[in-house]
Parts: sequence; C-alpha cells; structure tokens
Amino acid sequence: MNLNWTMVGQSLTFIVFVWACWKWIWPLLINAMRERQEAIAEGLAAAERAAKDLELAQERATDQLKEAREEAAGLIDQARSRANQMIEDAKNDARQEGERLKEAARAEIEQEVNRAKETLRAQVAVLAVAGAEQVLGESVDASRHSQLLDKLAAEL
Amino acid sequence: MASAAENPAEYIQHHLTNLTFGQHPDGTWGLAHSAEEAAAMGFNAIHVDSMVWSIFTGLVFFFVFRTAAKNATAGVPGPLQNFVELIVDFIDDTTRTIFNYSNSLIAPMALTIFVWVWLMNFMDLIPVDWVPTLASAMGIHYMKIVPSTDPNITMSMALSIFVLIIYFSIKEKGLGGFLGELAFHPFPKFLAPINLFLEGVTLIAKPLSLGLRLFGNMYAGEMIFVLIALMFTGGLIWGVIGGVLQWGWAMFHVLIISLQAFIFAVLTVVYMAQAHEVDEEH
Repeated sequence: MNLNWTMVGQSLTFIVFVWACWKWIWPLLINAMRERQEAIAEGLAAAERAAKDLELAQERATDQLKEAREEAAGLIDQARSRANQMIEDAKNDARQEGERLKEAARAEIEQEVNRAKETLRAQVAVLAVAGAEQVLGESVDASRHSQLLDKLAAEL
Repeated sequence: MASAAENPAEYIQHHLTNLTFGQHPDGTWGLAHSAEEAAAMGFNAIHVDSMVWSIFTGLVFFFVFRTAAKNATAGVPGPLQNFVELIVDFIDDTTRTIFNYSNSLIAPMALTIFVWVWLMNFMDLIPVDWVPTLASAMGIHYMKIVPSTDPNITMSMALSIFVLIIYFSIKEKGLGGFLGELAFHPFPKFLAPINLFLEGVTLIAKPLSLGLRLFGNMYAGEMIFVLIALMFTGGLIWGVIGGVLQWGWAMFHVLIISLQAFIFAVLTVVYMAQAHEVDEEH
C-alpha cells in the first residue's frame, strides 16, 4: 500500500465534487421533482373537486328541473282553475245580464200596459160620457162631472 | 495484452502498479519506472492514473447530472431527466429513511458518493488490458484505470467523511457532549478510560472499515479479472474457458460494484446520522 499525495488530491477532488453536487445539482433536481409532485397532487385534487362539483351541479340541475316541473304543474292548475273561474264568471254575468234584460223587458211591457191603460182610461171617460149622453139625451158637462169620471177611470 | 516476454508474475505486478509521479530517493522528480521505484518514493508521490480516472469519472457524473439539473423541468421529464431523477429519488428516499435531521449536505453527498463510486467501480468492467495496452502504445507504461482499487482513493474519501463525522458531532453536541459520548459510554463514568478506548476504537473503525471495504472488494475483483486475463495466453482451450469465466465474473461484478457503491453511500449517511444524534441519557 503506497499511501501518498494521491490521498490529498482525492480528498480535494471529493470535496469539490460533493460541494458542486450540493450547490449546482441537487437543489435544481429536487425542486423540479417536488414541484411536479405538488402539481400532480393539485391536479388530482382539482379532478376530485371537479367530480364533486359535477355531482353537485347534477343534483342542483335535477332539483331545479323538479322545481320547474312542479311550478309548471302549479301554473297549469292555476290556469285551469282560472279558466273555470272565468267561465263561471262569464256564465254568471250572462245570467245576470239575461235577468237584467228580462227585468227591463218586463218593466217596459208593464209600462206599455200602463200607458195603454192610461190611454184607455182617458178614452173610457169620453166613451162613458158619450154613452151617458146618448142615454140621457143631453150633454153632460164634463167639467162638472170630471171628478166622477176620474173616479170611474181610476177604478178601471 | 500479456506479451510473450512477460511471465505471469510480471504481468500481474504490472497490472497492480500505479502510474506514479514523485520524488526519487536521489531528489529528482519524475515518473517511477517500476513498482520498486514507486515504493521508494514514499509519501512524496502521486498516482497520476488514479487521479486522472477519478477526476474523469467525477466529471462524467458532474456533467451528466448538471445537464439534467439545468434542464430540469417540473413538467414532463425527458429521458435523461427521468434517469437522473430515478437515482436522485432513490438516494433521497434512502437518506430520508436513515437521516432524520435537517442538513441539506447529506443527501447530495450521498448522491455524489453513490454515482461517483459506482462509476469508479465500473472502470473495473472494462477489459483489463484495453486501456493499459492503449496507454503503452502511447508510451505510458503503467495504467491502473480503476481508482477504487487504489487505497489512496478509498481511504481519502473515508477520511474526508471521518472529518465530517467529527465536525458534525462537535457542531451538534458541543465538544463536551462529543467527548462525553466517548468517555461515559457504555460503562459508568468511573470506567472512563475503558470507555474512551472502546469508543475510540469504534470511532476509528468507521473510516477504516468504510475505506478498506471498498478497496478490498474492488482490488479482489480486479485481481480476479487479471488472473482470468492470464488464461488468454494459455492457448485456445484456456482462452475459451477464460472468456466464459470473464463473462460470468463480469456479470457478478455488476452486482458487486453497485452494492459497494450503495454500501459506501449508505454507511456515510448512517455515520452522519450518528454524528447528529443527541442522546439525552449522557
């Protein structure tokens, strides 16, 4: 075993290479590896999150669809009852209008009857006086007997 | 290639000698021309081949990983980044399991050790004669291309880690805490000298076992490749047997080089964790 200056030379070489690896090789590689690990971990977490989000979104969509369907059903019901209501209302209105028209017609008829009665009554007096004149043979003073005649007419 | 002029002993000796530059006993500086000359230089020498291949493999590690790091993206990674991240993630996981303290140096150091030691060990899988033959064609007579078969290389890394063990121990526990750990454990306080001896041995054993384990494994592996290569000089039948053996040993060696690199890196992390461990009992 020839131990000599080779030991010193190799020691220095050893120190230089270890130092170079420490400063110029190891940090760069280990950082790149850690960064990638983090990126992969983040990617996986994001994928998981996205899957969960999707699930939630699907749930929400289902809920909304159900809600919308219910709302639509409600609206249709409402519209239907409203339509029924409107038909009922219209029927009622029509009935009332009919009643009213009937009433009006009846009133008018009554009026006409009354007017005819009035006219008749007026003519009755004249006819009665004329009849009486024929019977009595003399003129009857209308003004003197008007009270009697009116009474007679009113009795009609 | 074992030339006809070399006998097996010379061939093996040749393969186990580093290209050594240093001071000759007569005071002049130059390359050693034989194993004896290299040994005679003592400490004032340097293994040029070990250093060159060590720095070369270190640079391969640095540039491959630096390229990946510079182009690293948190998006979809390319093939290079994928490959590099696989290793980084493996080391990061391993470090996290063993080392539960906050110290940003440990994981990058483990990565450097794992990949660099693996690359140095990998040089063992290049057939033993290729590079030395090429070198000798260029006039270089010794070329040992596996830096981790050189105890200088493995021990200096182990000792650097030893220094870090002591540095972090003192930093985390204080000098008193560190010495207390050595002196008041495992026996009661009045047996402090025995404790110091036991814990001292344990402490010293850490860098020794770390460096020598790697050296021993790689040296033995290299030696077996050299021995198998010797068979290629023994004619057709020995050559075929040698080829099969070399293939088998190389397959097995793929496991060994990876395992040794991993053990070196993991033990480093374990020692660092022990250095950071503050035990309330003492």
